[in-house]
Amino acid sequence: MIKNTKKTQKNNILSLEDVSISYGKFEAVKNIFCNFKKGDITSLIGPSGCGKSTVLRSLNRMNDLIPNCSLKGTVLFDGTNIYDKRVDPVEVRRRIGMVFQQPNPFPKSIYENIAFGARINGFVGDMDNLVELSLKKSALWDECKDKLNDSGYSLSGGQQQRLCIARTIAIEPEIILMDEPCSALDPISTLKIEETMHELKKNYTIIIVTHNMQQALRVSDMTAFFNAIEYEDGDGGKVGYLAEFNSTKKIFSSPKEKTTQEYISGKFG
Amino acid sequence: MNSLFYQKNSSRNIGDKVFTSLSLICVVIAILPLIFLVTYILIKGGAQITPELFTLEPNPPGDDLDAGGINPALIGTLIITTIASIIAIPVGVGGGIYLAEYSKGGPFSRFIRFGVNVLAGVPSIIAGVFIYALIVSTKILFGSMYSGLAGGMALSILMLPTVIKTTDEGLKLVPNELRYASLGVGASMYTTILKITLPSAFRSIATGVVLGIARAAGETAPLIFTALFSYYYITGFGDLFYEMGSLAVLIYNFALEPYDAQNKLAWAASFILVLSILSVNIFSRILAAFTEKTKRV
Repeated sequence: MIKNTKKTQKNNILSLEDVSISYGKFEAVKNIFCNFKKGDITSLIGPSGCGKSTVLRSLNRMNDLIPNCSLKGTVLFDGTNIYDKRVDPVEVRRRIGMVFQQPNPFPKSIYENIAFGARINGFVGDMDNLVELSLKKSALWDECKDKLNDSGYSLSGGQQQRLCIARTIAIEPEIILMDEPCSALDPISTLKIEETMHELKKNYTIIIVTHNMQQALRVSDMTAFFNAIEYEDGDGGKVGYLAEFNSTKKIFSSPKEKTTQEYISGKFG
Repeated sequence: MNSLFYQKNSSRNIGDKVFTSLSLICVVIAILPLIFLVTYILIKGGAQITPELFTLEPNPPGDDLDAGGINPALIGTLIITTIASIIAIPVGVGGGIYLAEYSKGGPFSRFIRFGVNVLAGVPSIIAGVFIYALIVSTKILFGSMYSGLAGGMALSILMLPTVIKTTDEGLKLVPNELRYASLGVGASMYTTILKITLPSAFRSIATGVVLGIARAAGETAPLIFTALFSYYYITGFGDLFYEMGSLAVLIYNFALEPYDAQNKLAWAASFILVLSILSVNIFSRILAAFTEKTKRV
């Protein structure tokens, strides 16, 4: 476990301070301390059930939508604890966008899929331009510029996922969270999404959950390795914790923790 | 070693055949009443259809041989059903939205769902008596007693559970990913429901609403207590506060008359009622098919 850096550094855009998340009585992750740097791509890796998706969803209060899910600790974004009672989760989600595991375009046209978010966020300006720009940023423009009025469902899975990325970019978030965005996609689509992420890095901070260690190695600057240990009382339940957090290079070449070494070399997980 | 070929006389295959034919016989018996009923009404009622039927008032029984038409009852059914829809659709859809989207499955929503099921099972005559006690006998509506308005209210009670249930179930079928997607781009619950989830569930909600309307339009018992019956043309807005005729009550009244002319009129009204309810049901199917097609562009 890494040490608590009490002082939030200036280029940290998002910090977790002693965060524990539970579903009802069951504790999913425990005592997470973690700082996400602005402009970095950070990947969260770890075996199934270690709570990386839970942590990711807690970063823009998506966990609010899951009944019984509660969080202890502080998530500092832009100097504000987003779990403060006065915070409006809708505002948080406008500034921290999210791309989900399954491509989930709206049952609307490609154009409307992008315009929807922008419009409800009070976008005034050239919508056509915004749609084009967002699709270009997500590397989808060339493939769909002639069929913007077709349904979002008419696209292939990989294209749908890039449409979802475009939709997220269109609301100009500061951070984009991606929950295993490529797990439902074929390798070629995956590569395209990764290229898109490299492109997006110039303007956005990206935090990605991935099961694919090669992907973490390819795209991310920082890597957080989550692991799960059995409860001390030994009834078989597991609780997740942040085992190691470092630059991707170090995690994959010289991990400090033995479990990290074992996980990245494929011994478990 | 048993042969792999089909054995006609094995007890398993005989049992299978017996069971198949049994269920076939049952389905035929089940469908027969429907076929007989519809053809009987079509033949008996269809013969009575004339243009005057749609324009004339019914004549009081016994005066002469001509029974007149069913215009007031036809218009009355339309008006009463419309009133019922105006009340039941917004309330029902709103309640369904609460159950599916806002309530987190706590004891309150379980209680409401249970209550809706109970309401769906309430005999329609009880709805009539309830509105009778609440509105008709108290003359609470500007001093009017039996009225089309009261009839509409009674029918809305019968429509409500169908609308709530289909909205609730239709919304529950919308995948959660879609809600997350919308909330993830910073939409509020309200925008999400209005712009994303409701349109996605439109098909099932619309089907439920149409079926609710079809059920309400054919009800007799609640109307006997509330709208009663009227022989006269509906001429203006004020008629809402007076007795109003409807096809169902016209059938009930005239089928019991000893005169042949009135009985024929009841047959004609049955024909119109069955046909309109049938077409409403067909319309809901077309609506469903149409919206499904547009979704899959």
